[in-house]
Amino acid sequence: MIDRFRETFREEAFELLGGLEGALLELESRPGDTKVVASVFRNLHTIKGSGALAGFDDVASFAHEVETVYERVRTGELPVTRELINLTLAARDQIKATIEAAFGGGAVDQEQAEQILSGLGNLLQEENDCALAKGDGQDAPLPTPQGAVTYRIRFRPPEDLFRQGLNPLGLLQELKRLGTVRMAAQVDAIPYLEDLDPESCHVYWDVLLTTTAGESAVRDVFIFVETGSDLTVEVLDAQGRLDLDEAGIDLEQILVEEGELAGPRLARILDREGSLPPVPTLVQGSGAGSSGPLQLCQASETLATSMTPDSIRVRSDKLDSLVDLIGELVTVQARLTQTAAGQNNPDLTTIAEEVERLTWDLRDQMLNVRMLPIGSTFGKFKRLVRDLSANLDKEVELVTEGAETELDKTVIERLQDPLVHLLRNCIDHGIEPPEKRRADGKAPGGRIHLSAAHAGANVLLKVRDDGAGLDLETIRARAVEKGLLGAEAEIGPRELSSLIFTPGLSTVRTVTDVSGRGVGMDVVKQAIDALRGTIEVESQPARGTTFTIKLPLTLAIIDGLLVDVGGERFIMPLAMVEECIELDRRQASASERRNLVKVREEIVPFIRMRERFAIGGQAPQIEQIVIANADGHRIGFVVDGVVGEHQTVIKPLSRIYRRINGLSGATILGDGRVALILDLPRLLEEVEAEERHP
Amino acid sequence: MAGSSTSARKGLIMSKKIIAVDDSATVRQMLSFTLQDAGYEVVQAVDGNDALEKFSTESFEMLITDLNMPGIDGIDLIRQVRQKPGNRFMPIIMLTTESQESKKLEGKSAGASGWIVKPFKPEQLLNVVKMVLA
Repeated sequence: MIDRFRETFREEAFELLGGLEGALLELESRPGDTKVVASVFRNLHTIKGSGALAGFDDVASFAHEVETVYERVRTGELPVTRELINLTLAARDQIKATIEAAFGGGAVDQEQAEQILSGLGNLLQEENDCALAKGDGQDAPLPTPQGAVTYRIRFRPPEDLFRQGLNPLGLLQELKRLGTVRMAAQVDAIPYLEDLDPESCHVYWDVLLTTTAGESAVRDVFIFVETGSDLTVEVLDAQGRLDLDEAGIDLEQILVEEGELAGPRLARILDREGSLPPVPTLVQGSGAGSSGPLQLCQASETLATSMTPDSIRVRSDKLDSLVDLIGELVTVQARLTQTAAGQNNPDLTTIAEEVERLTWDLRDQMLNVRMLPIGSTFGKFKRLVRDLSANLDKEVELVTEGAETELDKTVIERLQDPLVHLLRNCIDHGIEPPEKRRADGKAPGGRIHLSAAHAGANVLLKVRDDGAGLDLETIRARAVEKGLLGAEAEIGPRELSSLIFTPGLSTVRTVTDVSGRGVGMDVVKQAIDALRGTIEVESQPARGTTFTIKLPLTLAIIDGLLVDVGGERFIMPLAMVEECIELDRRQASASERRNLVKVREEIVPFIRMRERFAIGGQAPQIEQIVIANADGHRIGFVVDGVVGEHQTVIKPLSRIYRRINGLSGATILGDGRVALILDLPRLLEEVEAEERHP
Repeated sequence: MAGSSTSARKGLIMSKKIIAVDDSATVRQMLSFTLQDAGYEVVQAVDGNDALEKFSTESFEMLITDLNMPGIDGIDLIRQVRQKPGNRFMPIIMLTTESQESKKLEGKSAGASGWIVKPFKPEQLLNVVKMVLA
């Protein structure tokens, strides 16, 4: 039993620690923001509470120490300094390590923990000394808005209210005019239909009202019904801590469920926490009416699930097998459709159509399930950029945009490393040291702009820095040195820039710990290629560099163009296909070994698929060239015919075939045949490599 | 001087019709002006009998009545108005004076919804009307 709680706590702590880190980084840039301080405090508090429940006493007491420090930050006694943030971040890491240790992670560095605590203690001490020196009083209460008081009101009108010519709604509206109101109608006293007298009032109300008008003004609203009604007006919060507009919890829900208890319970939480936290914590922290930690835990779990927006954690391997299963279903459904088409049975056709519709719907929804906002990844990067820039003595700020953009879970996971490397590169090579920047008339602090956005069926990620830009001359020199470029070769800046993705090309003379081994950019490109994406780089000298990554929304499905070569079927990624034209065999240029064709005014090289894949048989008189854009190059692929667009589930090839370049998988068509899915960029590379070294 | 019907904002189909009963013309005027300004339609009645007559030919959304009147006094009027089937849930407001505290309870049991103490300011009147005519 306890083990289950430990696992749950571990997951919960993971999220809390993430939230804590985010809040700390935000606090650093906005030290005066009390909401962020409250957020830090809440996270610590919850870690402490839940940790204790789950048996992580060391974590709980450690968190408690840190929490105490933030208590002082909250009252404004302790200022937010860089050192405080550093120590707290270290504390967060320590908590994480301690929890992981219980699950087989490395041993906990106890000394580290003590250092952190004594560091924090020192900060407190300094403040104390400071305060004593100034002769300040202690325990300054939070600043209160002008006399705004929150009341909890329970109004139970007499049953014959309507017959008195009064409307309870009018009274409630009157309350609204006094200030900010949150209310809930209690309907538990309404009798069943048989016994219901529609002319009687059986409803009563629980209201929270924040007003500066004073208690008598509140009572005055009910002056006409005071004698016959049940009216309670009690002060919930006289210090203006509760902001009904902002209270991020379902107050109405609590009022409805708790009724009488809501008021005192809310008051207790306010006293303890100084604000109303979001519902799950609210529920866990109260302890009203339950006995024992176990019941509390269970009760809070049920309430939490009923109060929070519906979401549920699912293990990703469960999702993966679901996607697989749906993939199979899609394949079989395609066969069903094909078979039905050949049967000439209208009933069967109708059924097949419905199955198709449902299957595709199912597939779309399933893929959607696997989509996650990229924001959590962005969040991690802020910390990375902070630490890295400190390491390299540079001032760099990471600005993110589009955190809510959703991508497939696997894509996000596989994007981490490439993005990290890009960021490292920006900080290490792109952004100049503060002195240099000042000398150049730039702001001393560099800025990296990381953005994500949907663009059609793709996601566009951009990493833009305002640094020095790519050193094109050095790139050219190195490329010539490495034999990648002829010394006399004419090459535009765009092509020159994309050379950085070539393995082994590093323009950095000294290899730093962070980058410079020349194994970075090409690995990034490979990772992006594996995700069937593209990466481009654009640079302006002294202004900055921008990396643009384009990714398809999902890995499992591909929009493809189905082509036929000698009876064999192939699929080409539709995203890369630009156009299809006819190729008359006589047209093809026979003068050179290279296969070239003129498309409008452009010369486009092509590859003969038949030759490439050694497919036998005679090519038709008129063939088709599918012109695709692979890596910025326009290439034609000559096929017998184009069958049409085909959306298909990608099946990986077995281990035996993995080493074949140019194929990214296979799929089963509706008629049961296997079609190979082409990896055009890789195919192109192969061909070019062969041309260079025949 | 018989009470005359004053229609405020002709053409405003949605305005609620209030009947104001008081033997003092000043009070009737003040009630009329204040309520009409706020968009209500006001019918004046000079005393209890006049009011009952008007009730037999028209219907109203609300009744405001003085308690001290010749003929049928306010409390009686309230009782009689309440008894009419269409008026079971109509808001009825009494106009009382400081010295008539006990009348509030009496009025309530006769069927009044609430009261306003004379002399009153226009805002006070409107607040009460807004509250009961929700």
